[in-house]
Amino acid sequence: MTASTDRVSPLENWTARFAAASATPVQFSIREVAFATHINLRVDAAAFGAKVRAVLGCDLPVVANTWTTGGECSAIWLGPDEWLVVAPDGRNESFCADLRTALSGVHHAVTDLSANRTMLEIAGSDARVALAKGCPLDLHGSAFKPPQSAQSLLAKSQVLLQCVDANPVIRVFVRNSFAAYVAEWLLDAAAELAASRNLDTPRIANRLA
Amino acid sequence: MLQIDCPWCGMREEMEFSYGGQAHVAYPKDPHAVSDEDWAQYLFMRDNPKGLFLERWVHSQGCRRWFNVERHTVTHEITAVYKPGEPPPAAKP
Ligand SMILES: [Zn+2]
Repeated sequence: MTASTDRVSPLENWTARFAAASATPVQFSIREVAFATHINLRVDAAAFGAKVRAVLGCDLPVVANTWTTGGECSAIWLGPDEWLVVAPDGRNESFCADLRTALSGVHHAVTDLSANRTMLEIAGSDARVALAKGCPLDLHGSAFKPPQSAQSLLAKSQVLLQCVDANPVIRVFVRNSFAAYVAEWLLDAAAELAASRNLDTPRIANRLA
Repeated sequence: MLQIDCPWCGMREEMEFSYGGQAHVAYPKDPHAVSDEDWAQYLFMRDNPKGLFLERWVHSQGCRRWFNVERHTVTHEITAVYKPGEPPPAAKP
C-alpha cells in the first residue's frame, strides 16, 4: 500500500503538546510513532517458525513477554501461539500476502491490525515512574528491560508495552480510540513529576547548603 | 487484591484477569440426549464449597489465555495454577 497523504493519525494534533512535554528529554520525552504495519500472527512457532522467518527475516520469540527483531520487523510475544509483527509503514499488504502464501496448508491466522493501534514512544528517567503511576507491572529497570514486553493495563486502558532500550525507551501500543485518553494521562503524569522536581530542587539545595 | 500466577506471564495483579467460574464442567457429549433437568443441571448448577475450589480464570488484559486455579474460598489462598488440559492437583499421582 502506498502511503496516502490524507491520512490522519490518532494523535496528529498532539505534536505541539508532545514537544512541550519533551522539552527536557533527559527526564521525559514522548512522541507518536504512527502508521506502522501491525500484523497479528497465530501459528505453531516450533513447527513452522522457519517458514515465518523466511518471510519476515525475524524469529518468533518463544519466551513469554519478550520480543525479537530481524530484517524490517519486530515480533512481540502476545501468547503461546500468537505474536504481533511490527514493520515499517506500507508493508502490511505484502507481508500479509507473503505470510499466507508461506503458511498455506498450515493451521494459522494472519490478520492486518495496522489500523488497530498507534504507538507512543516515551523515554527519559521519568518514563518508568510516569508509567508506574497507572500500571500494575513491576517497571523497575531491573525487572523490565530489553528484550521484554508485556500486556497490561495503563490507567484502565489495555496496552502493550515494549522496552526497546534500557535507558529507558518504552513503546506503548494503545488502541486508536484510547490513544487521546492515554496521551492525556501520560502528559499529566509527566507534568506532575516535573512539577514535584521543580518544587523539590530548591528545598534539597537549601538542605545541602 | 489477588496476585495470580498466569502459567505463561507469571505473577500479575487480579485486575488483569477475569473470572470464569467452576473448572472441569464437562459439556454433555450429546446435548440432544440429555433431559431438560440434566441440561439445567449442566447450565446453572455449580459447586459452592467452603474450602478448596477449582476454577477458571482468563488473563483477559494480558496474554488472553484461559487456565485453571485452585483457590481456597475462605482465605483466597491460591494453592495451584495449571493449564487447560492438565489434571487438577488432587488428581496428580
Ligand atoms: Zn498471561
